[in-house]
Amino acid sequence: MSDATSILIVDDEAPARARLREVLADLSPEFMHRIVGEAANAPEALAQIESQRPQIVLMDVQMPGMTGIELARHISARAAEADHDAPKPMPLVIFVTAFDEFAVEAFEVNALDYLLKPVRAQRLLGALKRAQTLLPAEHLEAIDQLVKATNTRRRHLSVHERGRVILVPLEQVLYLKAELKYITVRTREREYLIEESLTSLEDEFKDRFVRIHRNALVARPSIAGFERVTPTGEGEAGDPYWQVVLREVTEKLPVSRRQWSIVKGLVS
Amino acid sequence: MAPSDGKAADYKSDPGSGGPSQKARRQSEGGQAPVIPDTCNLGIVLRTLVPLNALAVVGAIALSSGPIESGLRFLDIALVLEPVALGSLALLCLLRKGVNGTTRWVQWAVALGVPAALASVTALLVPRFAPPDTGDGTAWWVLGRAILAATLAWLFAVYFQLRARAFSPSFSEARLQALQARIRPHFLFNSLNAVLGLMRSDPRRAEATLENLADLFRVFMRDARELVPLDDEVVTCKEYLAIEQIRLGERLRVQWLLDGMPGDALLPSLLLQPLIENAVHHGIEPSAETGTIEIAITQPAERVRVEITNPLASVPPTRGGNQMALSNVRERLMLLYDMEAELKTGVESGRFRLQLEFPYRKERRRRDVRRYFDPDR
Repeated sequence: MSDATSILIVDDEAPARARLREVLADLSPEFMHRIVGEAANAPEALAQIESQRPQIVLMDVQMPGMTGIELARHISARAAEADHDAPKPMPLVIFVTAFDEFAVEAFEVNALDYLLKPVRAQRLLGALKRAQTLLPAEHLEAIDQLVKATNTRRRHLSVHERGRVILVPLEQVLYLKAELKYITVRTREREYLIEESLTSLEDEFKDRFVRIHRNALVARPSIAGFERVTPTGEGEAGDPYWQVVLREVTEKLPVSRRQWSIVKGLVS
Repeated sequence: MAPSDGKAADYKSDPGSGGPSQKARRQSEGGQAPVIPDTCNLGIVLRTLVPLNALAVVGAIALSSGPIESGLRFLDIALVLEPVALGSLALLCLLRKGVNGTTRWVQWAVALGVPAALASVTALLVPRFAPPDTGDGTAWWVLGRAILAATLAWLFAVYFQLRARAFSPSFSEARLQALQARIRPHFLFNSLNAVLGLMRSDPRRAEATLENLADLFRVFMRDARELVPLDDEVVTCKEYLAIEQIRLGERLRVQWLLDGMPGDALLPSLLLQPLIENAVHHGIEPSAETGTIEIAITQPAERVRVEITNPLASVPPTRGGNQMALSNVRERLMLLYDMEAELKTGVESGRFRLQLEFPYRKERRRRDVRRYFDPDR
């Protein structure tokens, strides 16, 4: 890689991307860089980050489907899990926003860099130089704080699959089941694997998922009912237990005795 | 999509109205509201007829000893009440233009005299069940109805005056000013940014966008009470959409159905634009896919109907302010048209649908719409 800083531009509006490109071009004598790509939405951005590995991402806050802040959270989550295998350098994010009172306040609190549209060349230069000096760890922490401050909950789970990032909308998820170090994400069509902790997922999406077992969270809307089962296998004379019948898929999930009292409250 | 003609720049359809009439309005602010309200207005008609009939029902029940007798009593009362009430409203509506300019004595005389006279005539014509049939009795019967009618008319006149004061010019104007569609800072900065993005690659388009922006701001800064022809409001909406088109590109498609539109119909400035902005904000911006906004304007009978539909986005918009635009427009309609305008929303075959209806008024009656603000002219 050359000395030039690699930059990715993410904005859903074409003229806004054009503007950033032009301002960056004006800055090239003062700031060595190359633009490695442009993205108009979150999935495109994640794909480009995987393939191009930019050092800095200039990211719009208001985008369709997923805000820049939620996207940054996915990036930081990716960085957090990356250290298992080969460390993957994740990009520093500089936010670009037109006007968003709440977000701007949150940025100020978290000292993360943000630019106001229309972007001025000198202001952009300052942000780029500052970003270069920032430690990735600090940056990740700042993003996490920002997410908390703006109260942006994820609306998608990001799944990494053979170098690709898939965004699974939360409302499609029927249940989450912990298996060894992975969590199975079940949708109507298929299963995905993610590396997250079930407990933190439970905390984040309390209003949508209910814990039915030490290893499973079920989406409330996908619960069709409950069934009482008496184990009749050879030689085993276990106690009867309850299991969840789901909409849209045939498999059933057992409810642990400890959780049953809570789950029961949901039904009646 | 730049404005192709001079219309956009020439919003003030009645250049003479700014000067002297404005002054007249300020002067009249200190004075009292006229005695006779606009009795053609649906709101005033209902606010008169409903309590009167309720009173008649209560009276009929109080004066009788059984349900059947109550019914008959009510019919007895209604036979006089309805023609007098409706006739008075209609007559006063015709007379009020001429009378409201005169002294208050004349105004009161007409306001009470018309119902009293009508009551006398009706009392003579309608057969009555109550005895006795002597000449003295008839005179008292007629006089009694006249006094009753005048008293009720006086009560209603006082009520409507108090109401007009509650909606007094300063109050309503302040309210309207507050409700005036404001440009969203988000829209302003994004638009400026888009212009800067076009500046080098497509200077002509940048120019056209700045022109649209300038026109839009002229409209935004205008008086919220000003009435404009529908044609002009549509131009404003088109300029606004042209700017959004630059930002959103192929994601935004617009279909106008204006064949049946009465272009000369007057409406408060910036009544439609916020509704269309709302459609863009909720239907187009949250989705990465192409969406179409349909706008149809028709004229069923003596009304103007605007229908706007937009796709339902699967995800809510990233910024709040959901119901702001709608409740704002609703309140403005209430202040300007009272009960004669209607705004309905709903979901129909997967699209958000909004329907707005208001009375079709042309230049001739433009001031009547502002009755609460300068009722006197």
